[in-house]
Amino acid sequence: MQHDIFRQRRNQRLIFFGVLIALTYGSMVLTAFDPVAGLAAIPRAFIWGASSFIPDEAAMRRLPRILQRLQETVLVSISSATVASALGLVVAVLGANTTRPHPWFSIPTRAIASIFRNVDVSVWALVLLFSFGQSGYTGFFALFFVTFGFIVRVMIETIDEVGTEPVEALRASGASYMATISQSVIPACLPQLISWVLYMIETNIRSATLIGILTGTGIGFAFDLYFKSFNYGAAGLVVFVIVITVLLIEALSNTIRRSIL
Amino acid sequence: MALLEVESLVKRYGTETLALDQVSFTMEAGEFAAIIGRSGAGKSTLLRCINRLIDISSGELRFDGVSVPGLRGTALRRHRTQIGMIFQHYNLVNRLSVIENVLHGRLGYKGLVQGVFGIYSEEEKREAVRIIESLGLGEQIYKRCDQLSGGQKQRVGIARALIQQPKLLLCDEPIASLDPNAAKIIMDTLREINREMGITVLVNLHQVDVALRYADRIIGVKGGTIVYDGTPDRLSSEQIHQIYGSEAGDLILDLSEQHYAA
Repeated sequence: MQHDIFRQRRNQRLIFFGVLIALTYGSMVLTAFDPVAGLAAIPRAFIWGASSFIPDEAAMRRLPRILQRLQETVLVSISSATVASALGLVVAVLGANTTRPHPWFSIPTRAIASIFRNVDVSVWALVLLFSFGQSGYTGFFALFFVTFGFIVRVMIETIDEVGTEPVEALRASGASYMATISQSVIPACLPQLISWVLYMIETNIRSATLIGILTGTGIGFAFDLYFKSFNYGAAGLVVFVIVITVLLIEALSNTIRRSIL
Repeated sequence: MALLEVESLVKRYGTETLALDQVSFTMEAGEFAAIIGRSGAGKSTLLRCINRLIDISSGELRFDGVSVPGLRGTALRRHRTQIGMIFQHYNLVNRLSVIENVLHGRLGYKGLVQGVFGIYSEEEKREAVRIIESLGLGEQIYKRCDQLSGGQKQRVGIARALIQQPKLLLCDEPIASLDPNAAKIIMDTLREINREMGITVLVNLHQVDVALRYADRIIGVKGGTIVYDGTPDRLSSEQIHQIYGSEAGDLILDLSEQHYAA
């Protein structure tokens, strides 16, 4: 019996890799993709990018304008992440098995979170463009919806993971629902919550660039404008500034994470 | 009047599973009783029916003269404040300090605002410190609970129950996750609480030998019904095997030695 299991495992592996190779080859044939030509093009792409996107002096003069756009984008990203997380936490408490006021709450909250999360942020941006037009609100709400869906989902899991036992103890001592939530669930989940909020701020800053391109606001709009007017130097500067910002925010949030976990 | 009266208590999960079937017993104030039985016999369900962590399907349960099955809202909370509970996995908020966890035992007495913001009086804090020190945790008082050993965590659990000033202490497998040394400290503490503070103790135990050594009364549960209710010395080896549904000789147990040790 024992060696049958090993043979079965080996066959499963062989089938898995066989299917993977067949799929790869099939799609290469269908799309007429030539891997040699593709690889050969990479150096040329780098040379073109390096020669065109290096910010020149004219681009540097636009830096103050770019930084102002960047500030707008970062602030929208942070505010959407924090506001959505606060609301998401409340909904997660209502939806988690451990803390829901009634079993009926469970499915609606999960469904709402799922819809908000699974519609992509770019789709939200385009849909909201009709409601709010070319303003910061469009980006704010697109990021808000996605963050909200994500936070509800992960906090439901966190609460059910770390909160069940202390909740039982506090319920047994006669503590009210609100006291149980604020004194045991929130303190138990706080590090994870902060960690996820920081993660969403990072994600939102990256997404905000794309949303800006789509909705004509913030740093994304600056990039789009320079890029389409062949001002590659300024566009390169925008990319450079975004990368620096994301790295800074990441370093900052890693520091915060280390000190709270 | 008895402190706890249970009459034909029935607990059904769904329509199929009968967890407790016609359970009846009474407890006088000051008793130390142990419930023994196999896993899944209904021991935990019975304890959780008493403080209504789970709802009772039918039957009557009176605590201190108050009928428990129909309690709701504030009346149910007031009922629970009079009953302390200790858990196998301690059920502490691991990120909070010992004293914060102990003070959680006072939340049952708090109104909305005080409860939500965790506002405790100076007297409550002093009482918490006194209880923590009396349980030998004076040095750990401001430590986070995830830095404590299992035995220390369980003592925090006991402190949290004691600060409720309960009339009854329910202990659900309090020593199942502890090493023998820590288990002895916990059981000695429970006996001391029972004898010196006069708090009634009802404890679920896996370990028959521990139950026989500490309890004044043994309640044997099998398949959701009580099959033995009496003093430890009248419990015969055959009855233990009946409770655990095993053949004689299959249990790790030496009765004569246990009685000798007691």
